[in-house]
This record gives sequence, structure tokens and C-alpha cells, in this order.
Amino acid sequence: MSEEKKVKRRDFIFTASYVLGGVGVGAAVWPLIDQMNPDASVKALASTEVDVSSVQPGQSITVLWRGKPVFIKRRTQDEIAEAKSVDLKDLKHPEKDEDRAKNPEWLVMLGICTHLGCVPLGNKGEYNGWFCPCHGSHYDTSGRIRKGPAPTNLEIPKYEFVNNNTIKIG
Amino acid sequence: MSNTNYVPTSKIGKWFNDRLPLLTLSAHLQEYPTPKNLNYWWTFGGILTFCLITQIITGVILAMHYVAHADLAFESVEHIMRNVNYGWLIRYVHANGASMFFLAVYIHIFRALYYGSYKSPREVIWIIGMIIYFLMMMTAFMGYVLPWGQMSFWGATVITNLFSAIPFFGESITNWLWGGFAVDNPTLTRFFSLHYLLPFLILGLVILHIWALHVPGNNNPIGIDVKKPSKDTVPFHPYIVIKDLFALLIFLIIFAFFVFYSPNILGHADNYIEANPLVTPAHIVPEWYLLPFYAILRSIPDKLFGVIAMFASIFVLVILPWLDTSKVKSAIFRPLYKQFYWFLIIDVIVLGYMGAMPAEGVYLLIARVATAYYFMHFLVILPYLGIKEKTLPIPLSITEPVLGGSSNPSRVKNKTELHNL
Repeated sequence: MSEEKKVKRRDFIFTASYVLGGVGVGAAVWPLIDQMNPDASVKALASTEVDVSSVQPGQSITVLWRGKPVFIKRRTQDEIAEAKSVDLKDLKHPEKDEDRAKNPEWLVMLGICTHLGCVPLGNKGEYNGWFCPCHGSHYDTSGRIRKGPAPTNLEIPKYEFVNNNTIKIG
Repeated sequence: MSNTNYVPTSKIGKWFNDRLPLLTLSAHLQEYPTPKNLNYWWTFGGILTFCLITQIITGVILAMHYVAHADLAFESVEHIMRNVNYGWLIRYVHANGASMFFLAVYIHIFRALYYGSYKSPREVIWIIGMIIYFLMMMTAFMGYVLPWGQMSFWGATVITNLFSAIPFFGESITNWLWGGFAVDNPTLTRFFSLHYLLPFLILGLVILHIWALHVPGNNNPIGIDVKKPSKDTVPFHPYIVIKDLFALLIFLIIFAFFVFYSPNILGHADNYIEANPLVTPAHIVPEWYLLPFYAILRSIPDKLFGVIAMFASIFVLVILPWLDTSKVKSAIFRPLYKQFYWFLIIDVIVLGYMGAMPAEGVYLLIARVATAYYFMHFLVILPYLGIKEKTLPIPLSITEPVLGGSSNPSRVKNKTELHNL
């Protein structure tokens, strides 16, 4: 019995029909899935300008950008020194302070704990930076994760100084 | 089944039944042979059906007055409480009904664990039940978001952020779930839509759950297969119906106590503060029925593995029929399993308590031990017990222990010991 199983014309038609049908179903389902993605009106709120002229050293303000809180902290010399003195080997997510704050006096970052999205509290925690009350993550004066379940440092959004008093986020 | 030959007595009944055999179904449900030794732990199936129907009715009514919009939702809930006729009653029944639903489902699940109801040939009933339980948790979570209070908002933020733990796609998935870059109005409206949909999926699965139950029939406290119908069984109606109704009455007294005397005791005061995306409450606590899973999530110091552990804690339940290797169903005849069963209950209660406490210091330590024990129970103790445990002799029928001089099946042990003397 060396009769080989031949591929018949009909097998080809079946396979081709399934593939075409699959592509058709996929094309029909995609809009139903994609409608849940951020819509045009949400995406349109891409940037926010913030006047920071009244923020004194040591003070921090929180602004809303794309529905998310952004911390703008004017750090004191002590805090900058503390952030710079940390050995990168001690960090879970090693980043230099210089890379996180272009202008060392101003630290701009998302006020969203990288664990599960709570808003950390300022001037708290074991590293004098931020502390997340939800699940106990400690961040240092550069917003870097030092202790607790959060996997990464507080995220730095895209921002720039429009002039000395104004920061544009986004 | 015993009654496929059912013939309606009236002519019109026969005419209809030949075309759609609803009367045959109704006759089956009435005559359905049930083990005669079912105790009150078996009444929770009926109670749960009542809970589901109550939630659907009150929910449909609340949706007539509620407005699913981030700017209006909180006010519309207050409008229901203050202005709508009996709105306070309907909302309190719905909110406390969720808690009562979970109370009943936990008793139902732990009854199945004690009497081995998940074992062959009832694995499919069990798995459908677990899917229902999972959908219940999703429905309850999304329902809790709708009032748009502080706990709603931050609960939604924390739970949806679980998905950000997924490598590579995490951020796209959370943005897709939110319909934005944070929990906001698009999240609220889609949660409302799904919160309305899921109960009807649950209803469909409940029908499958009961259908799958009616194929092998009920398990029973001594966990043996009974011949149906026989002197070991009674018809579902009126015997079980009356027993279920009596149990439901007792359950309703407890339900009414919460609704009328302490309607907010199971909720969180922070949810009477409108959602504020800039301020996280000091303690984010989920509803009590989700606390054990929350404790498992927090006890793992790594984000991704914490999420995996939380989902795994539900998944081990799904595969339980294959983890428990013992052929003996009921814990009555498993002296060691019976003890570990109570350890598990204590462990889950401890996890629940730790889930409500801040995740630090000694609480975190206890939560970690309890999490480890939870998985130990299912992945190590149960498979091992099935091989090593010396089980007690099992009676041949439900009637046997009765004729042996005692209505308490656990006395069978003494009886066989007497025989051996």
C-alpha cells in the first residue's frame, strides 16, 4: 500500500476558503476592538503648559496631563545632592539623576506609582522622596524606586522649558 | 432521565408539548430524584439563583435612573438615594445583594470542597461554576466603579493596572481598557455596558451549570453514588423545594438586616467622596469578598509575579478535580483531609484579614506565609493526601447507616469498628 495521499483540488479550495473567511472575520472584528482604544478627542489633549514661577525650592505642584497627575518639584540643594550621591549599583532600575532631571532644580515626572497606578505621597518614605500608600513602594528624591513592589522608577514624561517660568508637558 | 415519557393530561398541553417539550422539562424538574440526606449546605444553589435574579431586577431598575458619565455618575447615585421613589431601598438591596451573593457563593464553594462535589463525574459542573465565580468577580468589580466615588476610581485604577504587568504589551492593553491614558469617562461608560451584560452571561452559565448537574445528579453528604430513583432519593418537588425555601427565608432575614439596619457597613466610607484623580485614598481596599486575592497580589514583592500568583490562586481551583487524587469524595470519610480543610478555611480568612490591613511589617509577613500555605494546600497536600491517607469505610447506600442504628453518617465508623471486634 504505497498509495500516497494526494492533495486534491478540493483540499486546496477548502484551505483557501478558510483562510479568506478568517481574514474576513478578522477585518470585521478589528473595528469592534479598536473602538475601545483612546479616541481622537482624548488624543487631542496632548500637551499642557504650566506656569511654575510661584513654586519655591522644596515645593511641589501637581498638574493634570492627559488625565494623569504630573509632579513638578523644585528640589532643594540637599535633595539634589542626595539624589546625585546614590551609587547606581544600589538601584533596582539604575538611572542617573542627571538623566532624569535635565535642569537639576526641576524634577518633572508622572505622579503614578509604577506598581498599580496610585498617586504617591510627597516628602514621605524611607528615602525622603515619595511613598505610595497603596502597596508600600518607596521612591528617592529623584523619583527612583528604592524599596517595595514597583518595578521601575517614576516615569519622566516628554517636557520642555518654554521659558524660565513655563514648562510644556507632552 | 426518569421522565422522558411524560405525557401531559390536557389535550392542549399535549399539543403544545409535542411542539416544544417545556412541560416535559417542568415534569423533570419536579420529579428530579435527589439524595434524601442532603443537608442545609445544599440549599445555597437555590439561594444563589435568587441572588442572581434579585441583582438583575434591581440592576435593571437602577439603570433607569443612573447616568454613566464621569461628571454625572456620582450625583445620579445621590439622586437615586434622595429623590427616586424607593431608590434608597433598591440601591441598598443591589449593593448589599452583591455581598450576600458572594457570601452564598463562598458557602456553596466550600460545601463542594468539603463533600468532594467537584470530583468525577462532576468536573464540568465545577468548572462552569468557577467560570461563573470569575464572571461574578468581574461584574462586582465593574459595578463598584459605577458610583464614581474615590474607592471606585482608585479600585479601577489598581485593578486595570494589573494588566500593565504584562511584558511588552502592558501599556497598550491598559490604554485599550481605559480608552485613554488613565481611568476616565470612557472607562466608566464601557464598565457600565459590561456590568449590564455580564449578569446575563452568568444566567446562561447557571442554566448550563444546572443542566450539567442534572446529568449525574446531586452529590450528597456521604459522597457515594446513589441509584436514581431508589429508596435513597426523594423527588425534588416538594421535598427539596420546601427545604430550599425555608433556607432562603433564613438567608433573607440576614439580607434584610444588612439592607435595613447597616446598609453601609460592608462598603467603604471613601466611596461617598467623588472620584478625584489627583488624590489616592490612604488605604485602597477592595470589597471584602475580593480581599484574599488582594492579599495574595500584595504578598509577592514582584509586580508581574504578584499578578500571576493572584490569577493562579483562582486557576488552581479550576484544576482542582485533578489535583485532589483521592477517590473518596466526602470529608466525613477522610480524617486527615477534614483537618486540612479547616486549615484552608482559616488560611483564607487570614488572607482576607491581611488584605484589609496595610501591606507592611508583620501583616506582610503573615500574608506571605498564608499565600504559601494556600498554594501548598492545593499543589502539595491534596495530591499527596490522595495517595497516603487511610480513609474510613464507606457505606454502600444512604439507607445503610440509617438501618445501622444512626442517622449520622459519621457514626458508620463506629459501626464497622463493632463489626471488626
